[in-house]
Amino acid sequence: MTDTPKIRIRGLRKAFGDKLVLDGIDLDVAPRTSMVVIGGSGTGKSVLLKCVLGLIEPDAGSIEIDGQDVLRMDRRAAEQQRARIGMLFQNGALFDSLPVWENVAFGLLARHKTDRRHARARAEEVLGQVGLAASVGALWPSELSGGMQKRVALARAIAAQPDILFFDEPTTGLDPIMGAVIDNLIVDCVKRLGSTAVAITHDMASARRIGDRAAMIHKGRIVWEGPATELMDCGNAVVDQFTHGRHQGPIQMELRR
Amino acid sequence: MNRLLDGVAAIGRTLLGTCRLTGRIALFGLDGLSNVVRPPVYGRLCLHAFLDIGYYSLPVVALTAVFTGMVLALQSATGLSRFNAESAVANLVVLSITRELGPVLAGLMVAGRAGAAMAAELGTMRVTDQIDALSTLSTNPMKYLVTPRLLGGLLALPLLVLVADILGVLGGFVIATVKLGFNAEVYLSNTLDFVRTDDVVSGLVKAAVFGFLVALMGSFNGYNSRGGAQGVGAATTNAVVSASVLILAFDYVLTELFFAR
Ligand SMILES: Nc1ncnc2c1ncn2[C@@H]1O[C@H](COP(=O)(O)OP(=O)(O)OP(=O)(O)O)[C@@H](O)[C@H]1O
Ligand SMILES: [Mg+2]
Repeated sequence: MTDTPKIRIRGLRKAFGDKLVLDGIDLDVAPRTSMVVIGGSGTGKSVLLKCVLGLIEPDAGSIEIDGQDVLRMDRRAAEQQRARIGMLFQNGALFDSLPVWENVAFGLLARHKTDRRHARARAEEVLGQVGLAASVGALWPSELSGGMQKRVALARAIAAQPDILFFDEPTTGLDPIMGAVIDNLIVDCVKRLGSTAVAITHDMASARRIGDRAAMIHKGRIVWEGPATELMDCGNAVVDQFTHGRHQGPIQMELRR
Repeated sequence: MNRLLDGVAAIGRTLLGTCRLTGRIALFGLDGLSNVVRPPVYGRLCLHAFLDIGYYSLPVVALTAVFTGMVLALQSATGLSRFNAESAVANLVVLSITRELGPVLAGLMVAGRAGAAMAAELGTMRVTDQIDALSTLSTNPMKYLVTPRLLGGLLALPLLVLVADILGVLGGFVIATVKLGFNAEVYLSNTLDFVRTDDVVSGLVKAAVFGFLVALMGSFNGYNSRGGAQGVGAATTNAVVSASVLILAFDYVLTELFFAR
């Protein structure tokens, strides 16, 4: 890897009150690759992504995007860097005051890249890619099932073809076939469009399909980072227990204490 | 001695907290307003907020104004001397409505209606990450959500109060002529003689301030809400209560400015 990493995180710390969530995270994501982040519920995976997006202010550390530290540049410039990131929120976060197609086309319209008619056509095209009929575009988010909302949120994140994509549990709540379709779509974004992706997932099959590399967060730190193919047999006791879902192991011990 | 110090410390903390909150609200309002001069301007959203605050509050404000005018006429006719009742009633109705009751009552009604709705809507958007989602889609949430509402409040309430003024005077007029048997022409000419441009304009300025306050408290509380449905509920209550108190407080300050010369 001769390229500078697309995203470079060093010593990232964040505490809420006296509860330390991130305790010195170091993570590099190379350009045009995808990184899968795994870890127990409540270990700070979503907080990590929100720190990079500037939605949560970390207590210490640095976050570089294309070699520029977004925490130490002025607000305008940092906003511009971050505008290149598309985000799928864990709960979808669709705008319920707008119909589905306007949700999907929101980023396009906000950047004045296109007029409303073309934006709608593009929105329906992306809806097709996530397995939704064009007619869904006219519905309201509250009229969709949970899995459909998730797919609309995914469509919204990728519609403007951002340089960097963050997915917070993209396949949770989807049936296995649709999960595989979405995984393929994410891989497609990376391979064909050259985006850089970071995905959080609890689904190991999906993690291996999506990820070039994988990292595991445990107790506020990255305890293991390596090729996603090695997830199931990497030799790290914590990762092993997690990926195989065993009752016994280092993670369980801490819960008992 | 220690207990005394504790008490002083508690008062100090509350005072500092209040100052900090006031500062935050002021900065929030300034941030929201300063976006007016920076593109992009969301015309459609401004219009939407304007209609939401102004047009849809019309029925409740109109009813309030009519009944208030009617009550004023009835009360003042029994209270004031029979001798010059005709001019006194007209005078009292038109001055109370335009200077005080029009703006204050309209402000309070809009606080309950539009202010609460703003806080609930923005609060829900906050706790469901929709506000965060806006900023990941190249949109400044302050500009997209707050600025239109502040503008809407600022511009809609004066118009609403103008309507309330007219309807309030009309309510008084109906009672005076139908129930009290006053001469319609004399009553009207009395009304028009007494009311001066100052009275109406001061009321409209008050209305603009109240409208801004309602939108500011609704937006601020909603935008900064946290903690799920309960948090949104608290934000809504805070928005209505704080806007109502501020309206009455600012009403005093503005009256002092306009009339206590
Ligand atoms: N705004 C906040 N205020 C206070 N605490 C927070 C906040 N956001 C997150 N936390 C805490 O930070 C910890 C990590 O939360 P986070 O949402 O990142 O978990 P996660 O790893 O994404 O879990 P999951 O897999 O269940 O989504 C949690 O313990 C949570 O209580
Ligand atoms: Mg999460």
